[in-house]
Amino acid sequence: MDNLRDLYQEVILDHNKRPRNFRMLESCTHRADGHNPLCGDRVTVFVEVDDAVIKAVTFQGQGCAISTASASLMTTMLTGKTVAEAERLFGQFYDLVTGHSQPSSAMGKLAVLAGVRDYPSRVKCATLAWHAVQAALHNQTEPVVTE
Amino acid sequence: MSAAMTLPPTALDVTAVRAQFPILQRTIHGKPLVYLDNAASVQKPQAVIDAISGCYQQYYANVHRGVHALSEQSTAAYEGARETVRQFLNAASTQEIIFTRGTTEAINLVAASFARPRLQPDDEIVISAIEHHSNIVPWQMVCQQTGAKLRVIPVLDNGELDQQAFVELLNERTRLLGLIHVSNALGTVNPVQPMIAQAHARGIPVLLDGAQAAPHFSLDVQALDCDFYAFSGHKTYGPSGIGVLYGKAEWLNAMPPWQGGGDMIRSVTFEHTEYAPLPYKFEAGTPHIAGAIGLAAALDWMCSTGIQAIADHEQDLLEYATAQFRQIPGVRIIGQAAEKSGVLSFLIDGVHPHDIATVFDQSGVAIRAGHHCAQPVMERFGVPATARASVAAYNTREDIDTLVSAVYHVKELFG
Repeated sequence: MDNLRDLYQEVILDHNKRPRNFRMLESCTHRADGHNPLCGDRVTVFVEVDDAVIKAVTFQGQGCAISTASASLMTTMLTGKTVAEAERLFGQFYDLVTGHSQPSSAMGKLAVLAGVRDYPSRVKCATLAWHAVQAALHNQTEPVVTE
Repeated sequence: MSAAMTLPPTALDVTAVRAQFPILQRTIHGKPLVYLDNAASVQKPQAVIDAISGCYQQYYANVHRGVHALSEQSTAAYEGARETVRQFLNAASTQEIIFTRGTTEAINLVAASFARPRLQPDDEIVISAIEHHSNIVPWQMVCQQTGAKLRVIPVLDNGELDQQAFVELLNERTRLLGLIHVSNALGTVNPVQPMIAQAHARGIPVLLDGAQAAPHFSLDVQALDCDFYAFSGHKTYGPSGIGVLYGKAEWLNAMPPWQGGGDMIRSVTFEHTEYAPLPYKFEAGTPHIAGAIGLAAALDWMCSTGIQAIADHEQDLLEYATAQFRQIPGVRIIGQAAEKSGVLSFLIDGVHPHDIATVFDQSGVAIRAGHHCAQPVMERFGVPATARASVAAYNTREDIDTLVSAVYHVKELFG
């Protein structure tokens, strides 16, 4: 079961059970919905941007442990970053979970999701909330669908 | 029906059955494969693999038009396959057996060629709340094209259809009843015989989606008296990409072809085309020849193994699994109809079905997690998805024990 522990690390199980910033954000300036039809995962992200800096990110929805933990970790990582930094981080994160790069110190706790690269069908779960944030920042009104 | 189907039921020799499925020798992540995703697709016995490769290695050619030996042999095998299907369904004639790509294409054929020309605005098609998407979307499409309306028989909390509501839904505007024989998402066996009788009492023709029933039941379309019956090869131990539409000859003769092309014509000029008689009218283009031959081998395999013996064995496994799952705290079974077949849909408190399936996979246990192409069923039961274990002839009580340990492992990991 070692492989499983690589995927479902303690940090992931913890964020799944007690997701951080799991609420609506009244003061949000951007929001978007994400949907993964494969698993039925649904997420809504709320972002407050002030002068190109992300002041707060929250999310709501339901999903598997990977998508919930990824969304939760994302909210903790993006707060305080500039929009440009957030987009760069998403690129790095995407490369990590698709196996195109190794974890780096810049990624912080996001590195715990590196195990996803061994489960190609779960990449969509891990990136759902990130896609939704990107859609929110680009003021996309259509829900993001990862399938 | 073939002789094998009329023999008294005998207990299934599961060890002998398993020996005929080469894939069961595989390991997954170092563990023996426990394949419990049979409601999605079933593994193939050696007899089917041999029939398909035998076709390609020994006598393959195009059917129906060659005068050379290979074409004659291929044609004989392809038409022989149609006769095997006829026996399997106990249809009156091979004219009533149309080869399709699968259940989905069979239903689409009926929607396009039977329903569409007949429907007027405000006519009604009745389906049930536990249909697979393949028995919902084709009717929605035809309703959009004609202005007809889709009416839905509700499902009770235990997964059975509301028979009272069903009777009330039928009226003088109802033009067709489309019904799933066995629910792929819940395992519910619908009481199709009395429902067909009730529809027929009002002159309403009935299509049965048999994708999940054909692998488990002895079928007799004449006794059922259904007007159309659809099933898929890949769920009856045969290849994917081949399926069957049975239709009563009186309906099929009255229906226009739905695809035009080669093989479905008697004569073609630029002014006029005369269509081929049944069943060729509905089989445009070169068919899936080896697929039909593989399907026939699969149906022969089911009959010689004993359809009733397979069904009894699967029922034992389902009851064995259900009894154990009821003992596990925090596990909820979705679909508790009095009559079920082959399918155990369930949830584990606080764990998403997708995570369940990933953890199971590491134990070599293959199940399905998701909406099972039945999103309205998920919505009705207020869940985004379920985990689903489904059994076939080659599964054992040991497989179920492994499944149950995997459930405990999930609970431990996410506890």
